[in-house]
Amino acid sequence: MSSLATVALDLPLTIAGRDFQSRLIVGTGKYATNDLMVRAIEASGAEVVTVAVRRVDLDRKNAGILHDLDPARFFLLANTAGCYTATDAVRYARLARAAGFNEWIKLEVIADEATLLPDPIATVEATHTLTAEGFRVMAYTNDDLITALRLEDAGAVAVMPLASPIGSGLGLLNPFAIRTIKHRLTVPVIVDAGVGTASDACVAMEQGIDGLLMNTGIAAARDPVRMAVAMRAAVEAGRLAYLAGRMPRREVAVPSSPVTGMVGESWT
Amino acid sequence: MLSVHRPLILQRMTPVDTSERTLSITVNGTPRTAPAGATLAELLYALELDPRLIVVEHNGVILRDRASFATLALQSDDVLELVHFVGGG
Repeated sequence: MSSLATVALDLPLTIAGRDFQSRLIVGTGKYATNDLMVRAIEASGAEVVTVAVRRVDLDRKNAGILHDLDPARFFLLANTAGCYTATDAVRYARLARAAGFNEWIKLEVIADEATLLPDPIATVEATHTLTAEGFRVMAYTNDDLITALRLEDAGAVAVMPLASPIGSGLGLLNPFAIRTIKHRLTVPVIVDAGVGTASDACVAMEQGIDGLLMNTGIAAARDPVRMAVAMRAAVEAGRLAYLAGRMPRREVAVPSSPVTGMVGESWT
Repeated sequence: MLSVHRPLILQRMTPVDTSERTLSITVNGTPRTAPAGATLAELLYALELDPRLIVVEHNGVILRDRASFATLALQSDDVLELVHFVGGG
């Protein structure tokens, strides 16, 4: 399947000097089977895919994801999901790096189990630590401008504010906050979490953000492969609409067709 | 260097197992035994794990060099964390 957005219409997504042709980053969790996961990821066109770090299951001989997901085809972005302290997140990041693929980490430090909202203070602290150790930190955060600025100052190569809580599918709750963050940051802004369907993805991209990260929005769809195609199209549509520049909103109607030359008009 | 293909008996530690010829270690939070002198590479082989696909934390230290697995001799009370990538968002 060819991409709608050719190079002529958009630039690649550049993070820390590395170019990615797709602005869609997808997660690998919650799929019924690894086969379905791989097919959905292929359909999404994503180059960057997120993975989690967990103990090997020694009793069930549960194969890790790399048995099915070819690390030569996708850029593996390990996350620190499940970590509730900066110390834990740093430990998980170091474990992920030791896997030997890259020095990138999707930093997540969660503060609250019920909402899975991030801990901004611990996230900034861990960003400092990991950046000093040579990591390229993509930091998951709330849609708060000041935290986003602190993360950029701490060395994050991308800041990833949520659209709405992880796994909620509520879509972009605060477009104003996301636009404000995008306007004020120099590093790429990638909205991460909360996208439920294609229109959510499109609206998020229309805010001018650099990319979108999602997992449940695809994995929990009735047909994940179809939804992956829809999300891919929506991300490209939203991006192009942003670049194209929308028409101004008006509270009155303005006809599209000529108002003169109507049949039966009398000459005056 | 010992061969990683040497057969190795490895089982969950039982309360009666106090043999001096075995090591009591903890792997991913579970007590286990390994023969005295076993290396990390042998342990991974016995657990049927591909060293290229996992990361090992040995007594809190992450082993970034997989070549060291073959020479690391396990000691009693060693604590090992064996992790890998799984699906996540």
